Amino acid sequence: MIEDQLGRCVASWYKGATGVTGAAKLSGGASQETWTFDIVHPSGTVGAILRRAPPGYGASPGRAAGLDAEATLMQLAHDAGLPSPRVMHVLTAADELGTGFIMQRIEGETIARKILRDEQFAKARPILARQLGRVISGIHSLPAAKLPKLREMSATKEIADLEREYRSFGWPRPVFELALRWLRARDPGPSKEVTLVHGDFRHGNLIIGPDGVRAVLDWELAHLGDPMEDLGWICVNSWRFGEIDKPVGGFGSREELFAGYEEAGRKADPDRVMFWEVMGTLRWGIMCCGMMQRFRKGPDHSMERAMIGRRASETEIDLLRLLAPREK
Amino acid sequence: MQDEPTPTELIKAVADFLRNEITPEIKGHNAFKLRVGINALDLVTRQLALEQGSDAAEAARLKALLSADGSVIELNRALSEKIAEGEVDLQTPGLSEHLWQTTMDKLAVDQPNYASYKRELGNK
Repeated sequence: MIEDQLGRCVASWYKGATGVTGAAKLSGGASQETWTFDIVHPSGTVGAILRRAPPGYGASPGRAAGLDAEATLMQLAHDAGLPSPRVMHVLTAADELGTGFIMQRIEGETIARKILRDEQFAKARPILARQLGRVISGIHSLPAAKLPKLREMSATKEIADLEREYRSFGWPRPVFELALRWLRARDPGPSKEVTLVHGDFRHGNLIIGPDGVRAVLDWELAHLGDPMEDLGWICVNSWRFGEIDKPVGGFGSREELFAGYEEAGRKADPDRVMFWEVMGTLRWGIMCCGMMQRFRKGPDHSMERAMIGRRASETEIDLLRLLAPREK
Repeated sequence: MQDEPTPTELIKAVADFLRNEITPEIKGHNAFKLRVGINALDLVTRQLALEQGSDAAEAARLKALLSADGSVIELNRALSEKIAEGEVDLQTPGLSEHLWQTTMDKLAVDQPNYASYKRELGNK
């Protein structure tokens, strides 16, 4: 059924396309889905991805940039020569597929454990941190005038959001209190530079090949703010998958990340990056608690969600390692 | 008094059956879910073994830190408020040690294979 709809949609903008095959849902909650499919064409099939909110799910939840904004950002990144899929089509009402867009499918791996351990990525791992520094630098340099409308965030607002969410759980966590206090005491105030921030620049949202990074995905949390946020987030220990001495995604050093960032024409501020790493660690911890809440209240009563609630303590030990390191 | 076998023995028996007999037969996304399920059962057995001792020690530390009495959750609420208000911080004698011990005890149940935890076990 979705193949018929996609086939009609694709025929309206892809010259010579005769239909689509192999449609399969990759992921999806109630309001947002990702599908992979192949466009059939006399000159060969073309891999494509549909990202959509199905009909009836127009509005995007609180923090989300919205699918139209995501499409604009991906295309801007693509046009700037950054590793980003080409957007092939933005859905219209006539497509009857909901809201969203269709993009080029890029082959590669997003699963951290494979990227960090499999032999085929052995040559990529040592170059990734520097590469990603250049990529995120390019993202931060995308021209402000061309950006879609996005929410503007600051450290102050982020601390307040995290605190409100944490308090709503009604479950005491002295380590989170300590982190909130630490962050408030060191809040750098409004950032001198406000740029596009990807908002979720980490394993899972990066397609990696044996040659290195191939695409940056999932712009759902994109916003305007302090560019150091992205550099801090990718250093959060939760994304190192056991390789705790390699702060950037378990494959590289902060120095390599910063060197790449500066090669592409921007300046990293290590203190502010560390501030955002603490913020990010707390943020992931609070997100883990939030998943536990959604498990308890339904509708997603899955044991995966329940078990993620028990990962909040991982961020507590990481916060203590950052804020109250013990004598070795 | 409830009879034997104990909850721990029952959960262990189920977890071992799932691990040894069922895991080899399951493929795809359900294999992932099965692993999560077995992890949950293992977590419960760790909690049943460790919780009483670690909660008692935590409550004793909290009573000393706060000079107050109450259940372990009440005491944790009181400590949280004091940290939020700045009455207690890392300069307060005993706070850092208390938070470290409490967190290590949580990880011993939640994720004893977490790399940060294993590193810190070696440090102390």
